[in-house]
Amino acid sequence: MKKQTYEESIKKLEKIVEALEEGSKPLDETLKLFEEGTKLAVYCNTCLDDAEQKIVELTTLESGGATDEQ
Amino acid sequence: MSVPPVLSITQLNAYIKSIIDGDINLNNVFVCGEISNFKDHYRTGHYYLTLKDEKAAIRAVMFRTANQRIKFKPENGMSVIARGRISVFERDGQYQLYIDDMQPDGLGALNLAFEQLKNKLAGEGLFDACRKREIPKYPRRIGVITSPTGAAVQDIINILTRRFPIAQIIKCPVQVQGASAAPQIVDAIKRFNTGHYADVLIVGRGGGSIEELWAFNEETVARAVANSKIPVISAVGHETDFTICDFVADLRAPTPSAAAELAVPDKFEQRTYISALKYRVAQVTQREIQQQRAGLKSIESSMGLISPVMVINTHRQRLDGYIASLYTAVASTVSDSRSALAVLGSKLDTLSPLKVLGRGYALAYKKGSLLHDDANADIGGEIEVRLEKGRLLCTVEKISV
Repeated sequence: MKKQTYEESIKKLEKIVEALEEGSKPLDETLKLFEEGTKLAVYCNTCLDDAEQKIVELTTLESGGATDEQ
Repeated sequence: MSVPPVLSITQLNAYIKSIIDGDINLNNVFVCGEISNFKDHYRTGHYYLTLKDEKAAIRAVMFRTANQRIKFKPENGMSVIARGRISVFERDGQYQLYIDDMQPDGLGALNLAFEQLKNKLAGEGLFDACRKREIPKYPRRIGVITSPTGAAVQDIINILTRRFPIAQIIKCPVQVQGASAAPQIVDAIKRFNTGHYADVLIVGRGGGSIEELWAFNEETVARAVANSKIPVISAVGHETDFTICDFVADLRAPTPSAAAELAVPDKFEQRTYISALKYRVAQVTQREIQQQRAGLKSIESSMGLISPVMVINTHRQRLDGYIASLYTAVASTVSDSRSALAVLGSKLDTLSPLKVLGRGYALAYKKGSLLHDDANADIGGEIEVRLEKGRLLCTVEKISV
């Protein structure tokens, strides 16, 4: 899985829940969504666990340094 | 006494002006009065007005460079204290007050300025709900525009760290009071927007007097907030303090700490939320599988109606049933016969003469016939005696009577 932001991941997870609850999908698709959803939940929790607050000065960003890693 | 020279009007007015301009007392005067005939010259931006009391009036002018500094808009009927100098407008032969500074008399100047700016910006629609940008739910970068030394910045950082450490904090230290506060805040907002260095901005400071909070009531700050493409959370002073910045911001937080809470979701709530989503995924999947399984079963059974294999199987099953019942029938017949035989056998057994011999009786035969009467025996004749086990060949010696 490509490294994505917390926001992207949780929004994707929300979409999966929505899609699943909508119902009437072929079983293999349901299982694929299940697998993906479970992975995303784990990933989101990892994001929360591993996050370390980064504090930078605006001037640092303006000079092109320490841009947000994505 | 010499005849005075004939002067042109220009010369006369220039002379009078020089007299008045030379008077130290008139160079710096404070006067109080009521504004009338107020005119804001639309092209030059100069203010023209008359100051008057019950008995007298004086013409006054406040040039653009001076009137830009005052924090309220003069209106007719307003009592003011003005500082300036008296000079002459030579063209009209008019002496007048050149105002350098002016403050409303009575009602606090700042309160007045506040109300006026608020009304003005409200009139422009800057506070309209439809202008408000949505605060992102999961910001990646949070710009914090506040004093680097106040408690506010520490409160904000602490809360952001506790709630949502995923987000990066971009600090932009500014002065939050004094003359350079407003320009610095404006500059900071613009800089954040230039490179879109944040997803949301927190602009504010801790509590203070109305003068100390004043930068957040400046029109320039209000406009910078309104023009920011990045959503702005305003966090000025305490819960009871309202500033223009609060009205124009996309979200007003009662305090800097509250701003931090509003800016990001809570880590622990997020965990609960993720668990709930995970549960729903699992639940729906499970239900789906069960449904599919049930569906499969019904398909299977309906397929049996047409499949030759199933037909054969059915017949085979029926056949198996017949065979089984056949077996049962045969087995029960055999066992019936067997038990009847057993009964007969036991009856036969009871009637057997051998059974009598078992009790110690013996049978006597004469020439193969059973001997019932001693009269039929002959002394010296031979008889055969049968015992339970074995036979005896005996000679009759005597016939008792």
